[in-house]
Amino acid sequence: MEIYLDNSATTKTRAEVMESIIDIYENNYGNPSSLHRMGMEIEKKIDWARKSVAKVINARTEEIYFTGGGTESNNIAILGYLSNFFISKCVDKTFNVITTKIEHPSVYNIFKQFESVLDVRYLDVDSSGKIEISELENRIDENTLLVSIMQVNNELGTVQDLDKIIEIVKSKNRRTKIHVDAIQAFGKMKVDTKKTLVDTMSFSSHKVHGPKGVGGLYVRSGYKINPIYFGASQEKGIRPGTENTAGIVGFGKACELICDNFQAETEKLYNLKKQYGMRLIQKIDDIKINSDLGRNSAPHILSISFKNIRGEVLVHYLERKGIYVSTGSACSSKVKSDNRILKSIGLNKEYVDGTIRISFGHYNSVDEIEYVVNTIKQSVNEIRMIMK
Amino acid sequence: MYNLLAVSFGEIFLKGKNRNTFEKKVIEQIRSSLRGFSDIVVYKDQGKVFIETKNEYDMDEIINKVKKIFGIVLISPSIKVEKDVEIIKNKTKELIKYLCSKQNIKTFKVETHRSDKTFPIKSMDFSAIMGEEILNEFENLRVDVHNPDIYVYIDIKNSAYISSEKIKTVGGLPVGTSGSALLLLSGGIDSPVAGYMIAKRGVQIEALYFHTYPFTSERANEKVKHLAELLEEYCGKIKLYSVNILEIHKAIKENCREDETTILARRFMMRIAERIAKDNNIDMLITGESLGQVASQTMKSMIVIENSIDMPILKPVVGLDKTEIMEIARNIGTYETSILPYDDCCSVFAPKHPLIKPKLHVIENAESNLDVDGLIEKALSTLEIL
Repeated sequence: MEIYLDNSATTKTRAEVMESIIDIYENNYGNPSSLHRMGMEIEKKIDWARKSVAKVINARTEEIYFTGGGTESNNIAILGYLSNFFISKCVDKTFNVITTKIEHPSVYNIFKQFESVLDVRYLDVDSSGKIEISELENRIDENTLLVSIMQVNNELGTVQDLDKIIEIVKSKNRRTKIHVDAIQAFGKMKVDTKKTLVDTMSFSSHKVHGPKGVGGLYVRSGYKINPIYFGASQEKGIRPGTENTAGIVGFGKACELICDNFQAETEKLYNLKKQYGMRLIQKIDDIKINSDLGRNSAPHILSISFKNIRGEVLVHYLERKGIYVSTGSACSSKVKSDNRILKSIGLNKEYVDGTIRISFGHYNSVDEIEYVVNTIKQSVNEIRMIMK
Repeated sequence: MYNLLAVSFGEIFLKGKNRNTFEKKVIEQIRSSLRGFSDIVVYKDQGKVFIETKNEYDMDEIINKVKKIFGIVLISPSIKVEKDVEIIKNKTKELIKYLCSKQNIKTFKVETHRSDKTFPIKSMDFSAIMGEEILNEFENLRVDVHNPDIYVYIDIKNSAYISSEKIKTVGGLPVGTSGSALLLLSGGIDSPVAGYMIAKRGVQIEALYFHTYPFTSERANEKVKHLAELLEEYCGKIKLYSVNILEIHKAIKENCREDETTILARRFMMRIAERIAKDNNIDMLITGESLGQVASQTMKSMIVIENSIDMPILKPVVGLDKTEIMEIARNIGTYETSILPYDDCCSVFAPKHPLIKPKLHVIENAESNLDVDGLIEKALSTLEIL
């Protein structure tokens, strides 16, 4: 048996997506830059994929750029904008950039790098993982170049109020740019770039049942960012290099599937999150649910802490029973360090170590709940017996 | 340039009648260590072992591998030619040209060794002939018989062998000539070094790894497997056993004092190791203990731990500082793997304040609360060969 509940780390590629990928490798393997017909045919497919991705966030087709993944999208968005200032050398510590303490490493570590040259301001979060709008308001000034905020936190599922954030930022400083890391939100939360006026937004294919190695970057029309490495003119020079054609078309297919069934899929995920959360609270003592079980957090992420256990031990107990979950966030959880995000929400130390993340996807169903919850209960009891 | 590696043995020569067996073992090791290369011939010519390759560009990698074989003290990259004076002259000049292109050479000395007495020119005379030839060809070179920049060695056997460089290797005795031992291999820095040091004295190594899955990760298994593979470059094939001792830790946790945990667990590990060793005709155990490094490695602890079994335990790093052990680990190439951050057995169950001066009767008393034999059987039922 295999019950995969680590969909925030990555997802199983959907069969329809696999088909479209194989089709490209078999029948449309041309290079879009080639002048001949094969080049044109694959170019058309990429245009189709771009349209399909754009539709998920109601963007214009030409506002979507394909990249090598979510990390790359974040890097291009942030470095590609800030490099304008570094090139013209008009930057020093009088200028500031703002982000949060709970960003993914692909954003957080960029800002860490800039601490020596810019005034980097990190926003605190409350116990649910949300930033205080008033703090944001206080810290923006006429010298704020950029605000970068993740829409959905990858460990907690916390959703930030983007519309409010944008309103505050733009009212305080019209020139401040806003980047949103939407990697966990994309395809799971309704995002409308015509109403939510971000400047750049990043997302990733493999988090939504598409292939790995492909990501997307939304760049608002008229906003100029530089490439972070150089080559030919693919993706208007922002992301040079021969396109990952099959990956891009696969991503397009995954997005088509999202739009086909958005409402029902998210309802299903919300229901799973709620059911799991409720059952776990009922069955297990000394437990803390770190995610909101309702509509105030992402539908697919459930963070739970058990007192006096170790998350990684629970992960191994569950893998023995064919259940796959993660401790903290998968991208960084192999690194042994204190959990920055769980600490940010003020979680007690005896709970931090015992935190796991269950994250849902297309292939999960309510039929699995009973088995999973019972197995977690047994495992937690056993681990507590041993560790007490 | 080179198409051949000449191999010189070390202490093996001291071992009289055993010499043949020892040589055979080394040749076996060479063959197994080089099995990934094609067109390799290992042969003996009048008492000396040679490794011949058709692919010159493999030579550096071959040297790297052969350097790690115990029982060899020196290797020299060589050129094999027919025993024809003109051919030897030409190849020697070629070699010197090659060496001059790599380093600044002003002086040289030729040394000839003639094992084949049917060769008409005596060693001294032949060296003189070659010296003259070289002086005529290379105007900038002079002879220095006391402290030359390079030596040119010419070895006349069934074929003629020309060489210059002698590379020092690890030494030791050929693996498998001194019995066998079971290494308690954790994921740490010390135990691979201990295994290396004993294998160097000719001992065939097998290894045993204790884990507490699911309290440890499967990645930790992979790490230990990788460490064993790294050691195999020196020790030859290592059979790696793993045993899950979670049930033992559970029982200790439930029935004994926390500060006794480490000592009790170590005694169980020794007993299990002894059982596996005896079942597999292994002579001794090896641990990476270093005196005073941690609580279980004080003298008092060692006494109590060792008391649990009858088999001798070799502790080659017992007198080394941590930094000295780390240096060896770096030299043999296990350090980088050892420091990877996967939990090993100890960390989850390590008590906050372990006993550093345990008393045997107290520990034996604690064990009377445990079904020692039953727990050992239970642990052995999880025995796997990785």
